[in-house]
Amino acid sequence: MVEHLNAWYGKTHAIQDISLTFPDKQATAIIGPSGCGKSTFIRCLNRIHETQPKARAEGRVLLDGNDVYQEDPTEIRRKIGMVFQRPNVFPTMSIYGNVAAGLKLHGGYSHDEIDTLVIESLKKSALWDEVKEKLDQSALQLSGGQQQRLCIARALAVQPEVLLMDEPASALDPISTARIEDLIFDLKHQVPVIIVTHNMQQAARVADRTAFLYLGKLVEIAPTRDLFERPAEKLTESYITGRFG
Amino acid sequence: MRPPKRRRRRAKSFVLLGLCAVAVLVMLAPLASILYTCFVNGAGAITPSFFLKNPPQACNPAAGAPCPQGGVADAILGTLLLVGLASAIALPVGILGGIYLSEFSERPLARPARFLADVMTGIPSIVIGVFVFGIFYFVAQEGWISTFSAVSGYTGAVALAVIMIPVVARTCEESLRLVPTSIREASLALGIPRHRTIVRIVLSSARGGVLTGALLAVARAGGETAPLLLTAGFTTGSIFGLSGWTPSLPVLIYQFSAGGEPNTTQLAWGAALMLVLMMLVISVGARLALRNRFGGRTT
Ligand SMILES: Nc1ncnc2c1ncn2[C@@H]1O[C@H](COP(=O)(O)OP(=O)(O)OP(=O)(O)O)[C@@H](O)[C@H]1O
Ligand SMILES: [Mg+2]
Repeated sequence: MVEHLNAWYGKTHAIQDISLTFPDKQATAIIGPSGCGKSTFIRCLNRIHETQPKARAEGRVLLDGNDVYQEDPTEIRRKIGMVFQRPNVFPTMSIYGNVAAGLKLHGGYSHDEIDTLVIESLKKSALWDEVKEKLDQSALQLSGGQQQRLCIARALAVQPEVLLMDEPASALDPISTARIEDLIFDLKHQVPVIIVTHNMQQAARVADRTAFLYLGKLVEIAPTRDLFERPAEKLTESYITGRFG
Repeated sequence: MRPPKRRRRRAKSFVLLGLCAVAVLVMLAPLASILYTCFVNGAGAITPSFFLKNPPQACNPAAGAPCPQGGVADAILGTLLLVGLASAIALPVGILGGIYLSEFSERPLARPARFLADVMTGIPSIVIGVFVFGIFYFVAQEGWISTFSAVSGYTGAVALAVIMIPVVARTCEESLRLVPTSIREASLALGIPRHRTIVRIVLSSARGGVLTGALLAVARAGGETAPLLLTAGFTTGSIFGLSGWTPSLPVLIYQFSAGGEPNTTQLAWGAALMLVLMMLVISVGARLALRNRFGGRTT
């Protein structure tokens, strides 16, 4: 649940007073024209936004009733997993090492536990069959789509309570995209998934609810079908019918 | 495209490529010449006694008297000790400094520190030698140290470390900066704390560049002569630790190449070859160690 979230880059007011809720067992899509603040918005949810110079955020983000902004950011980021717009694997680590990185660097897991979680996460992200023979090879030799699924596996391995995805499929071919959509479909039954996308068909396919952002403000949030078929706002309608953006 | 234009373009490309090739030759010629001359003149000096004995009195075998060949054992040892101690001081300080300059660049101290490091890289090494000697001389005069004199291996190692630190710090900073922000964010987003992100993810991603910088500094320190003349001194006798006058290969080359006696001149050539080989081994060895386990090179 998000209440009165505001975010700035220096003097640029990128997110203006957004409040909304993300229900359990649902995927929420965030759509809007380029530069409207979608990335900034979800980066505020796991407090990655504030790690940039001159960036700050205000407001309340509630996870299990606790305000994310009152707690230790590292702990929060661990509970709220994130997949970025472009794949960002750790270049000096193996495929296995990438997925295990979160667990290893947190400590407190036995070898067997790490093994199990790594395999499980790779299976969930539909990468296992492609990499099971070469777990100890460099992650950089994977294709872009495989790297993106590796990043998803890496985020899943630490067992997050919420998963944020920033256009996870924007650099992928249709087959990888379909796999990721299947994955979101499965995942949302375990953790709430929040996915930013430019692709309205994709939002329609995977999301239960969709939010439309415009110029840093929340214009409308509704069940996906309603938003696309009977938008309450003129702005939403002209965006989804392709009249701007 | 009309033919004459294309021909002219090809000619231009040919000339430019030729110029680049010539530049590469000009760059490599001195290196080849140095290696060749060192081998031709120095290889003869490298015998077992070269590593085991110390330099003899200068003499000329042509004059009839028997003339021991001698060696540069303690100068090799001295160079290893000096550079080793200097690296032990400079690498941790330099790398930590580099991390500060790159990862905490928003702190007020970072800008002036970077500027001062740049200034320091430009200070002639002999000035650093005089300066470090001055400090140790003062400290010795005051009687604060009694175990070693102002001219000693320790003084020399400190002078070398002062030369190395800014080089290590700046190259470390530059290579850390090359690590994309997205990699840092990936780590932070996993809930990995910032200090662990820096050490385990950022530093590890940049290890190639950091190591290259460290090697550059070690090689530079290994070849420094001027500051050692003032700080570490020189002796043809044996050394015991670093507390007294400590010979080193560069200073030995300086001392012996001027003498004109065949046997010491021969040793100077041998020492030059030795120094070049040591640097080569360090840099090739480290590069091999760096070849990551995936067989590829890291940046
Ligand atoms: N690092 C930054 N510094 C300053 N301004 C920024 C920065 N990042 C984003 N902005 C500004 O914040 C606004 C929102 O950007 P954001 O990246 O959230 O857009 P987006 O909706 O994710 O766009 P896209 O769909 O193209 O990814 C933009 O106007 C952008 O110019
Ligand atoms: Mg974006």
